[in-house]
Amino acid sequence: MIIPVTSKPRTSKANKTGTWRSGKKPHFIQKECIACRLCVMVCPEGCISGDKKCTYISDYKYCKGCGNCVAVCPVADIEMVKEEWWRETIS
Amino acid sequence: MVTELFSSGHTACVGCGQALGARLVVETTGPNVIIANATGCLEVFTSRYPESAWGVPWIHSLFQNAAAVASGVEAALRIKGKLDQVRVISQGGDGATADIGMASLSGMFDRGHDILYVCYDNEAYMNTGVQRSGLTPFDSRTTTSPAGKKSFGNPRPKKNIPEIANAHNVPYVATASVAFPKDLQKKVKKALSIRGPKYLQIFVPCPLGWRHDPGLTYEIAKLVVETGLYPILEYQDGKLISLKTIEAAKPVDEYLKLQGRYAHLFTERGKGEIAKIQAIADSNIKKYSLLKESKEVQKKMMEEKPSEEKIFTTAELSKCDGKDGRPAYFAYKGKVYDITGSDRWADGTHYNMHFAGSDLTEALVEAPHGDEVFERFKIIGVLKM
Amino acid sequence: MRQYLEGSHAVAQIVRLCKAQVISAYPITPQTHIVESLAQMVADGELNAEFINVESEHSAASVVQGASATGVRTYTATTSQGLLYMIEVLYSIAGLRLPVILTCANRAVSSPINIWNDHQDSVTARDAGWLQFYAENNQEACDLHLMAYRLAEDHNIMLPVMVCMDGYILTHAYEVVDLPEQSQVDKFLPDFKPVHCLNPDEPISMGVLMGPESYTETRYAIHQTMMDALNVIPGIADEFEQVFGRKVNCLIEKYRLEDATQVFVAMGSMVGTIKEVIDGLREDGQKVGLLKIIAHRPFPKKIVYEALKNAREIAVLEKAVSLGEEGPLFSDVKSAFCGHGNQPKISGFVLGLGGRDITKKSILEVQDTLAGAQVDVKFIDLKI
Repeated sequence: MIIPVTSKPRTSKANKTGTWRSGKKPHFIQKECIACRLCVMVCPEGCISGDKKCTYISDYKYCKGCGNCVAVCPVADIEMVKEEWWRETIS
Repeated sequence: MVTELFSSGHTACVGCGQALGARLVVETTGPNVIIANATGCLEVFTSRYPESAWGVPWIHSLFQNAAAVASGVEAALRIKGKLDQVRVISQGGDGATADIGMASLSGMFDRGHDILYVCYDNEAYMNTGVQRSGLTPFDSRTTTSPAGKKSFGNPRPKKNIPEIANAHNVPYVATASVAFPKDLQKKVKKALSIRGPKYLQIFVPCPLGWRHDPGLTYEIAKLVVETGLYPILEYQDGKLISLKTIEAAKPVDEYLKLQGRYAHLFTERGKGEIAKIQAIADSNIKKYSLLKESKEVQKKMMEEKPSEEKIFTTAELSKCDGKDGRPAYFAYKGKVYDITGSDRWADGTHYNMHFAGSDLTEALVEAPHGDEVFERFKIIGVLKM
Repeated sequence: MRQYLEGSHAVAQIVRLCKAQVISAYPITPQTHIVESLAQMVADGELNAEFINVESEHSAASVVQGASATGVRTYTATTSQGLLYMIEVLYSIAGLRLPVILTCANRAVSSPINIWNDHQDSVTARDAGWLQFYAENNQEACDLHLMAYRLAEDHNIMLPVMVCMDGYILTHAYEVVDLPEQSQVDKFLPDFKPVHCLNPDEPISMGVLMGPESYTETRYAIHQTMMDALNVIPGIADEFEQVFGRKVNCLIEKYRLEDATQVFVAMGSMVGTIKEVIDGLREDGQKVGLLKIIAHRPFPKKIVYEALKNAREIAVLEKAVSLGEEGPLFSDVKSAFCGHGNQPKISGFVLGLGGRDITKKSILEVQDTLAGAQVDVKFIDLKI
C-alpha cells in the first residue's frame, strides 16, 4: 500500500489568496502605462499579467494587496484604493 | 515569462520577498529543472498538501541536506545521460545554507556537482519564528538575539558565504536583490550557462520578520544595495566580473528606519550602534569599490578603447544634466549620448528613475528595453576613464 | 561460482551484480572495505556507477535519497555512529517510499567509543520504516542483498531495506561464498521502475507538508506494507530458489526445533556459535533447538509464535539492550505470545556488547540461567 507524499503541480491555484486582502487593493489606472512590466516582475504572487500598454492588471483572486506593484511603477499608473469587501472582486 | 512554473495561491505572507525571488528564479530556469528544497518558509508555503505551487519537479527532504539531495539528483541524471537536458537547482534559506547546511553545501561545492545553489537570504530563521541565523546582520533584533536593557540585538556580523563559496574554487558566485529582478534573472541564466557548482545569494525582505510594511519589500531591497550594506557582486572563477555600483551611498538610517527589527537603534542609546552599521556599509563600499567614481571599477567595466572624439570627464558630463537650459547627455559603455530635447528626458530625468549627466551603463540592466533604443541618439563623445 | 572472499568484498560483488547506479558513502570502520571495493570497481570500469564521496553520513543517505527519487538504483553502507548520524534521513527515505539499500556493518555505539561488533546501532533504526534483515554468515549476507533489491523495488513494497552483517565478524572474515552469474541476477532483478520519480515530463512535488488531516494515513500505509511484506517475501524467496538453485531463508530459520523444549532465539553471527553448542547438547540427549530471526522488521510474529509455541523455556540472546528496559528482540518475542493461552518461560539475555566474544561458555551460561527463575535482562560474561 503506497500513499505517496507528493502533490500534483500547480495545485496551489485552488487556494484563492485574494481572500487575504484587508481593506485595500491595487487599482490599475491603465492611462500612463508604458508596458515596462516592472509590476509583473515584482509581484510575489505572480498574478499580474498584461501585454500591450495599459493592459496590465492583477488577478484579484490571488492578489494579497501588498502594494509593491504600486511602489515600483515608474509612471505612477497603479494606486492602492480602498476595497470594501473582497468578495466582489473574487466571485 | 512563464508563470506556470510557480503558481499563485501559495501561502507566503503578503509582500514576501522570498516568494518573489523563488518565482523569478524558476521562471528563468524554465521547466527542465529539478529542484531540491530545504525545509523553511519557501518549502512550507509552496507545498501544503495537497496543493503545490511548483510547476517543475521538486523534492523536499530535510533541513540541512538540500545540497546533498541535489547532489544525488545530479548524479542520477549524470548516470542516465540526462544532465544536458535537465538541470539541478538546490535552494534554501539563510539558516539552511549558512548554518545547518554548511557542511552539505561545502561538500557539493567540493565535489564539483553541476548544481546551482540559491540562498534566499531573509537574514533569520523565519519559518520557525524569526530566530537568529549566521546571516542575521549586526544589531538586528530576532527572538533569540533580542534587543533589551543589556543588548542591541545580534552582536555578530553576517557570515560571508559568497567568499566561502569562492574559497571552494567554484566557477560562479553572485549576490542579487529582488529589487533588481532583471539582474537576478541575468545571473540565473549566466549560472546555468556554466557547468559546475554555482552559488547565488539573493536578498529577500521579510515583512513579518523584519516588521516592515509589505508594500516596502521592493524599496527595502533597493535601499540595502544603495547604502552599501549588501554589495551586489558577480564572480567567475574567483574573479570579480561585475558589481552594482552606487551613485552616492545613501545613509544606512534610511534603510534601517523602515524596519521594526532596527527600531531599538533609533533611541539615544542606539545612535552609536547606527554609526557602527554605517561603518559596515562604508567598509563594504571601500572593499568592493562600490561608488561609481571609482576609476578601477570603471576600467573593468569598460569594453571599448577611447576614440578620437571629444573626451568628457565625469565632472564635465555631470554638468550636462538637461536642467536650466543645459544640454542633456548621458554615458553608456564609454560613449556619451546627446538626449537634449528628447520627450522622455524632460527636465533631464527619465521617468524619475535616471538622470542626465551620469553614466547609465549599469542602469540599463534593469531597464524594460535594451540598448537598441539608443540608436536614435547621437554619440557626441567618449567618457574619460 | 564459489569463491573465497572477505565478507565486505562479497557484498560489494553483489552490489555490482545488482547494477547499483549511484553509490554514496562516508568511511567508517568496519564498513570501509565494502565501499573501497566498490570504488575500485567503478574506477576500473567494472561497475558503471556514480561513486559520490560525501562529507558525512547524513549526506551519504541524502545523496542516495535524491538519486533514488530521480529513478536510479542506489546503495550506501554505514555502521554505528554513521547510522545514528544519518537516522533522520533514514526516516525521510522510508517516508518518501524510496527503495534504497543500505548495509549496516553492525558496530557498537559511543560513548565510550568502541569499534567492535554488536547490534545497538541497527536496532535504533527499527522504527524508521526500513525492512531489516540480519545475516548469520557471508553467504546469507550476499543472498539477503539480492533479496533486498528485489523486495525494495517491488511495487507492492517500495520501502528501503537494511541488511545487517556483523562488523569484523562477517565483514572482515574470509568465507566461501557462492556468487551468482550476471545473467542470473538480471533474471531475478529486473530494471528499476520507480513508482514516482522526479521528471520534468511529470513535475510532481515530493516530500510535501502534510498536516494532521493527512499524515496518519501515510504511516498507516508504511505499516500495512511491512505487514504485507511478510506475505510477499516467501514468494520472492521461491523465485530466488528457482533462479539461483539455492534456498534462502528470509524471515526465520528453524534449527533442531521440532521437539525442542529449550529454545534459543537469536540474530546474526552468534547463531553459528549457538548451533554448535546445540549440536553438542543434543549429543548429550538434551532437547534444545534454535530459532534464528532473520527479519527483525517486519517482525514475523505469527511464524515466531508457531515455531516457539511448544517450547517450555525460551532464551532470547541479543547484542543490544534498550537501556532502562530490556532487549528489543526479547520484547518482540514476548509480544508474539500476547493473546495466546500459553506463556512459556521467556528470559532475556544481553551479550557480546562492544565486540566481547561470544563463546560456547557464554551460551552455556545462558542455558544455566534459563533453567532458574525467569529474568528480563541478564548480562552474560559480565565482569562485575
